[in-house]
Amino acid sequence: MLSRTLRALATGAVAASLMGGTAYAADIVGLITKTNTNPFFVKMKEGAEAKAMELGVELQSFAGKFDGDNDAQVDAIESLISAGAKGFMIVPSDSAAIVPTVKKARDAGLLVIVLDTPLDPIDAADATFATDNFKAGELIGSWAAKTLGDKAKDAKIAFLDLAANQPTVDYLRDQGFMKGFGIDIKNPKKYGDEEDPRIVGHDVTGGAEEGGQKAMENLLQKDADINVVYTINEPAAGGAYQALKAAGKEKDVLVVSIDGGCPGVQNVKAGVIGATSQQYPLLMASMGLEAISNFAKTGKKPEKTPGLDFFDTGAVLITDKPVDGVPSISVEEGLKKCWG
Amino acid sequence: MSSTTETSRGPSDFEKPLGSAATTVASFDEAGSGPLKRLQHFLHNYPTAIPFIVLVISVLAFSAIVGERFYATRNLAIVLQQVTVIAILGIAQTLVILTAGIDLSVGAIMILSHVVMGKLAVDSGFPVPIAFSLGLLCGLVCGAINGSLITFLRLPPFIATLGTWNIFNALNLWYSESQTVRPGDIDAAAPFLKIMGTSLTINAAQFAFGTVLMFTLAVIVWYMLNKTAFGRHIHATGDDEEAARLAGIRTDRTLIAVYTLAGLICAIAGWALIGRVGAVSPNSGQTANLDSITAVVIGGTSLFGGRGSLVGTLVGALIVGVFSSGLKLAGLDVLWQVFAVGLLIIIAVAIDQWIRKVSA
Repeated sequence: MLSRTLRALATGAVAASLMGGTAYAADIVGLITKTNTNPFFVKMKEGAEAKAMELGVELQSFAGKFDGDNDAQVDAIESLISAGAKGFMIVPSDSAAIVPTVKKARDAGLLVIVLDTPLDPIDAADATFATDNFKAGELIGSWAAKTLGDKAKDAKIAFLDLAANQPTVDYLRDQGFMKGFGIDIKNPKKYGDEEDPRIVGHDVTGGAEEGGQKAMENLLQKDADINVVYTINEPAAGGAYQALKAAGKEKDVLVVSIDGGCPGVQNVKAGVIGATSQQYPLLMASMGLEAISNFAKTGKKPEKTPGLDFFDTGAVLITDKPVDGVPSISVEEGLKKCWG
Repeated sequence: MSSTTETSRGPSDFEKPLGSAATTVASFDEAGSGPLKRLQHFLHNYPTAIPFIVLVISVLAFSAIVGERFYATRNLAIVLQQVTVIAILGIAQTLVILTAGIDLSVGAIMILSHVVMGKLAVDSGFPVPIAFSLGLLCGLVCGAINGSLITFLRLPPFIATLGTWNIFNALNLWYSESQTVRPGDIDAAAPFLKIMGTSLTINAAQFAFGTVLMFTLAVIVWYMLNKTAFGRHIHATGDDEEAARLAGIRTDRTLIAVYTLAGLICAIAGWALIGRVGAVSPNSGQTANLDSITAVVIGGTSLFGGRGSLVGTLVGALIVGVFSSGLKLAGLDVLWQVFAVGLLIIIAVAIDQWIRKVSA
């Protein structure tokens, strides 16, 4: 019984490695995402695999078991160092705790590219390809304020955030929304310290539907007159919508989000989400791969967007109800550029 | 029943058939002693042989399939480093499982203790030896709470530790406010806490002090389990608690001591974790309790108590590490590692059930 299973596993492994294709001589590049379940990371991985095949490098991908799983990312980086990778791209689950391991990798000569969620401090990585999350938040914030018009000064806003430890992507989007809406953000590196009476409250979602639904229900209990909901990403917005529908409030509430995945843009079309800032994970992955491939061949490190600490891969507002002063594209165009 | 005073009486009528009865003493009827039966007997006597065999076979198999990338000392040293923290938790879990209990809160105790150590040293400015000792004390107290719930309130260990897992997690989130203690701050205030992460490089392979700590701890606990009376009491309590109690063993005290010791070992695992990661991340270790149970079970320790070995747990942890590394290097997706671990667990427990059936 024992040897049969081992034999089956061995045969499977041999078959898989034979089907793998790329020869051992190919450069190894790593991709470490937060989880394998968020469609954002699934798309990023697919884009990376396609680009890797095009560039002729071997991609090894890893992910954590949950959003916030730092240990799995530490293990992954060590495996990559030991495998002799030329570099890797990482979406850090804990932007501060991963820094010592990233330093170990850089000391070993690997190029470290951070995608989507900047490290803390941001220069702990060789390069960061990310959406300007603050700007993405500002876009939906100013859209929401202008859409409400006069009612914006009496609005009741619920904030559906990511996690209690406030990683960079979380506070940047949250504070960006507030700034765009016209709320005094006090400390821009932290949310929850503001005193604006329009804020009903913050709750964490883990970036998923289930968390979004629970958080929305909690905040509705706090104040049933919420009319604006900021959400950290589209899965959370989907969950929030379920809670609003259950409370019979889905027509009276403006929901905004960030991501720009195809299911999310469909939600904008269906009226579930009012507007969303679209970001480009496939672009992040392919630019990251190109940078590592370049580094492997020439030893040259990638450059930043002038004026920023990272390379901005862009954020575009998608809505079918454009307002003056906030540039946006229509849902039809958004569907063409969406991912997932 | 024959009378001893009347020796001249011959056999009575009802005693006559006795002469033709069998005279052999009652014995077990061994149904055939083919190779399978002999294997079963051998494994019953040396249960740790199985994980060893599996480890050797898997290392050879992966070396053949993957090649140099797998069996290079550098890679094997990395595998050793990656399983260190779980192996230390596995030592704690083995002690508990030997008493036919289970501890679901090992991960939570580890994280709470390491947060206490880190925050006291860095944020509250305590001197490092005091912060470190308070962290260990925290683990001790958590373990004692587990032990007390199980002995005084007679709660089943699964239920008691399920409850304390949630409570310790909540305490951890409350005390740490979910904030990671930054690596730079730890370097400045308490570099001693990270000592378990420093490594010696021998021939391009890195061996962290944490691994040395794991082996030292294993030797000490092994000695206690096998060469001291307390260790025998642990085995006896796990094998049959009622019989042990009737034989004069203070099972209540033994259980409390075991859980308290387990809590202390979890705090030591927390210290090793700080060394490995270089930061104090309160969100770590969410699945560490299940990983430690996996290592113990694959290592051949019986979940029904009384039988098992510490060496088996270390080998079990290594098997999980070897499979993860080998399958990854063979190019398989991560989900096959998870599948393989599940399969190993089922096979390990099935084999344990099979060898239990043998009498001696």
